Amino acid sequence: MKNLLLISYLDLKESIRANWFIIYSLVFGGLIALFFIAGITESQVMGFSGLSRLLLMYIQVTIVILPIFILITTVRSISGDRDSHILEYMLSFPISLKQYYWGKVFGRFITVFLPVFMAMIFAILYGVIKGAEVPWSIFFLYTGLLFAMSSAFLGIAFFVSSIVKSSEMALGISFFVWIFLLAFIDIALISLMMQERMSTGLIIGIALVNPMEVFRVAAISLFDPQLTVMGPVAFYILDMMSQKMFLFVSIVYPLLLGLFFAFLGFRIFTKKDLV
Amino acid sequence: MIAIKDLSKKFEKTLSLDAVTLDFHKGDAVALMGANGAGKTTLIRSILGYYHPSSGSLLVNGLDPIKERTEVLKYISFVPQLPPPIKLSLQELLYYVCQSSGVDEKRIYHYANAMKLDIKANLGKSFFKLSGGMKQKLLIAISLAKESEIVIYDEPTANLDPKARDDFYRLLQENRGEKLSLFVTHRIEEVESIVNRQIYMDMGKVVSDERY
Repeated sequence: MKNLLLISYLDLKESIRANWFIIYSLVFGGLIALFFIAGITESQVMGFSGLSRLLLMYIQVTIVILPIFILITTVRSISGDRDSHILEYMLSFPISLKQYYWGKVFGRFITVFLPVFMAMIFAILYGVIKGAEVPWSIFFLYTGLLFAMSSAFLGIAFFVSSIVKSSEMALGISFFVWIFLLAFIDIALISLMMQERMSTGLIIGIALVNPMEVFRVAAISLFDPQLTVMGPVAFYILDMMSQKMFLFVSIVYPLLLGLFFAFLGFRIFTKKDLV
Repeated sequence: MIAIKDLSKKFEKTLSLDAVTLDFHKGDAVALMGANGAGKTTLIRSILGYYHPSSGSLLVNGLDPIKERTEVLKYISFVPQLPPPIKLSLQELLYYVCQSSGVDEKRIYHYANAMKLDIKANLGKSFFKLSGGMKQKLLIAISLAKESEIVIYDEPTANLDPKARDDFYRLLQENRGEKLSLFVTHRIEEVESIVNRQIYMDMGKVVSDERY
């Protein structure tokens, strides 16, 4: 445990100094600042206003950019160290592979989750100062969703990082995973629906396997419990489970998915040559 | 200390180690030589538990370096040929070494001073921003401070100037003791005075093993 925390601590310190972390934090912090400057809190769209409207906007943008940020910054974690022979030296000390791998996962999780979470905290604080009503239920749900989404993509990133030998290949796979999941939210599925080769239920089922889609639907469902903005899709989802159950699944499923990939990555990391 | 029996390692179609059988004992100071691609680095990495053997066995003090890596690595100090671009600061790197291996930080300072490296002046600097020679000196200081039973040096003087090389070999002589030292080298004249065994490898095989 001591060595696991040591690896996490050093990974965290190294990440915080890195340029990508500064850009990453600026993007999410900047988004919130931009929303305030643009007067999002003053606008009203589909009945959402104030901080709720701001958080809705934030989450909509986060769905698209958070996964790719996590993937490209994390996927080089192990493969990059392997490429540059850092792994060869650092693992010549008596650190178990379990401590090294999970230490990296833990450290990197804090690095990717904290800026996104802190941006929301900043929004809430600014809202309170401005006298806006704080939508606590939305805030807690989004925290849970961001936590789950970060876990899912972190797990996928560590899995990719473990299976590839070069960091360039890892980057390529990250982009593919992101585009694939992004396209599957809409484009690919709409194409399938238009061709009518599959049943609608099956198509929606496939969509809900995608953690990005689960995240999006869960985010909408808090504002719009009947999911009316999603049209007939709402019928299938809410017929399968209640809204509360769906929210629970939308947090637990990505979390488990992330853990599954992280464990798979760990298994591969220990079973193949290290350098 | 190290017992290698019929060890083979294949990377796709390339056979890097071909049924290598070797024994290394306490007090052995070995120059491991051979052309590029002879299998020297593969052998070293196998001892460090980085490679899963295709066949054969390798035991360090009776332990499997893959299954019992933390135990095995307690016995080993390693200095790679090229210092890796570690982004940690010197302070963080020393913290990592001391925490993971129980090394006394004062000893690292001691050997760094003996290698004419001022750690204190560079503590906040990233390791990769040091010059090649400074990096190598620090890695050597760490390896000596670890007081391991087995020391593995892969071309350790590649980045060192003549004065630093002399310091390095002087420190090695002073710390010789009952250790096993493995030097991967292309320049036998440099280590000739401190080794008592020379092993030549070619095409993944041991072609000569001379003791004197």
